[in-house]
Amino acid sequence: MNRRSFLLASSAMALAPQLASAQGAQITGAGASFPNPVYQKWGEAGKAATGISLNYQSVGSGAGINQIKNRTVDFGATDAPLTQAQLDEANLMQFPSVMGSLVPIVNIPGVENEAMKLTGELIAEIYMGKVTKWNDPRIVEMNPGLTLPNLAIAPAYRADGSGTTFVWVSYLAAVSPEWKEKVGVGTSVRFPTGTGARGNEGVAGTVKNIRGAIGYVENAYAITNKLVTTQLRNKAGHFVKPTQESFIAAASNADWTAPGMAASLIDQHGATSWPIVSPTFILLPKNPTDGTRSLNVMKFFDWAFKNGAALAQELEYIPLPGAVQNAIRAAWAKDVKVNGQSVWTN
Amino acid sequence: MSQAVATPLGAPMGAKSAPARRANIGDPIFALACRAAGAGVLLLLGGIIISLFLGGLPAFQKFGIEFLWSTEWDPVTEVFGAGVSIYGTVVTAIMAILLAVPVAFGVAFTLTELAPNWLRRPVGTAVELLAAVPSIIYGMWGFFLIAPLMSQYVQPALIDSLGEMPGIGFLFQGPPFGTGIFTAALILAIMILPFIAATMRDVFEQVPPVFKESAYGLGCTTWEVMKGVVLPYTRVSVAGGVMLGLGRALGETMAVTFVIGNANRITTTLFGPGNTIASVVALEFGESEAGSLKLSALLALGFILFVISFIVLAASRYLLRSRLKG
Repeated sequence: MNRRSFLLASSAMALAPQLASAQGAQITGAGASFPNPVYQKWGEAGKAATGISLNYQSVGSGAGINQIKNRTVDFGATDAPLTQAQLDEANLMQFPSVMGSLVPIVNIPGVENEAMKLTGELIAEIYMGKVTKWNDPRIVEMNPGLTLPNLAIAPAYRADGSGTTFVWVSYLAAVSPEWKEKVGVGTSVRFPTGTGARGNEGVAGTVKNIRGAIGYVENAYAITNKLVTTQLRNKAGHFVKPTQESFIAAASNADWTAPGMAASLIDQHGATSWPIVSPTFILLPKNPTDGTRSLNVMKFFDWAFKNGAALAQELEYIPLPGAVQNAIRAAWAKDVKVNGQSVWTN
Repeated sequence: MSQAVATPLGAPMGAKSAPARRANIGDPIFALACRAAGAGVLLLLGGIIISLFLGGLPAFQKFGIEFLWSTEWDPVTEVFGAGVSIYGTVVTAIMAILLAVPVAFGVAFTLTELAPNWLRRPVGTAVELLAAVPSIIYGMWGFFLIAPLMSQYVQPALIDSLGEMPGIGFLFQGPPFGTGIFTAALILAIMILPFIAATMRDVFEQVPPVFKESAYGLGCTTWEVMKGVVLPYTRVSVAGGVMLGLGRALGETMAVTFVIGNANRITTTLFGPGNTIASVVALEFGESEAGSLKLSALLALGFILFVISFIVLAASRYLLRSRLKG
């Protein structure tokens, strides 16, 4: 009897979500892993509020772009924005969904969280193998309060192609002309030195294992795992700590009028701005085959913009400013059409 | 071996038994289904090779034969070469063999000649269980346990002792990252050890007892019997078992990805990071757009790995053929 009732219970559990989704609508998305935690959280909360259940697969930006180009999902997600030409070619529209930030992490004996001061130029030189010791005169000069050991610097990076790497090398390219010329920007690049690891957890583990290591992870990951982060000097010349305030300061200065709303938040002006903040993007077909599903995607993100800010902040993401949200709704109404009729009406 | 299976299946279709069972329609259907399954495997294999080759064709055309040894891999400028990953694949696999074969030989020797009977089964089973551990487990174990141990104890000790030695010193220099070619080879060695040990044990046991007894009768020690009788009798099969392990080491993906350091560079030191064909494909696939040169280069890498593994496994089948027949 026991076994039978167990079987009954498990089959009832297996049926339950199907019944629920039969009443509500389902939307599918695939792509970037950087915003995956917040999409999952929004998905759960949004299902209760709107009845739209989100099935998001964090398969990587490249794969997400492929899937939306083939129209096998309702929306794609990417960390590196597509250019207007790429969008036109695939008949897609693009809008930002949320912003996130990266932090450098280090493992140096005697160096506490947020104690060390670094600049982007120095980090670029470290990752190019030009600054190789932690007691390099330029690092010591910048950190008069710290006693830095004669320890080799071991740079760690993401070995898997990822949006995180894209944001990180975008920053290095923005502050170092040499990096821009010799290495460039992409979801995976040819790192001149250092060791690669898989995923945020791989980079964090490598930094933890190796004395003298430096790496980069998403801020949320650094906070939940209590990693040792550093301060960075921003464009205005101030050293800032990685805090919500400095992230929001960076976000408030962005110019969102670029084609495809591809605002760059890297190395922004402002006295308190954190220099490595980046939006992540959603791709929607301009000519959806199923207008209802497309509308549900927009309804979902409309709900997330209105009600998801607190959830995003809990996970250390930065919600979009209200003006940007309105611009996105206007873009939906203008761009996404079925038989010449706008799918989205305000 | 496939022929041996096919003949009895085909027999009911033959002229001799057909009249007696003409009414039975099940037999031909069953035979057809089995033949279809057999042919299906061949079609599948051919299909995979062809699709990998066609997918990789743009990369082969763009970079030509130089793709095989070019060490460039720059996704930003779209210049790709397989040199570093082929080197990493071959070097880690060979080092793994060098580390694993002596231990595997020791295990097989113990199990067939030295251990008391009551111990042979448990130890033999334990070795076989090692083969059943999923590779991701080896990867995590290697990354979280072995890599820190290597960077704190093993590598500093080797760097201090062997690093200055003339001739081979360059192999043991550089910062002790913990991860790298050497750690990858070590993890691979542990992974392929059970395959080689199990093959060796099986072939050692097939040595006719009368040969060994004659040698013992002449006053040989256990080691002399091993060296003079068992090994010469089984050497071809042992080599086949080693090739089997090599085949597995070449294609291993997950565990290697964790510990090899994933850098597209050829370093002289064994502690330096590198990569293998399988690890590059696994790491880069998610960020490769359809139709891009990068995806094509990854498929080309897959084709190369297929060819290398095929050669190694074909060699192992060839060397093991006598044992498989028996």
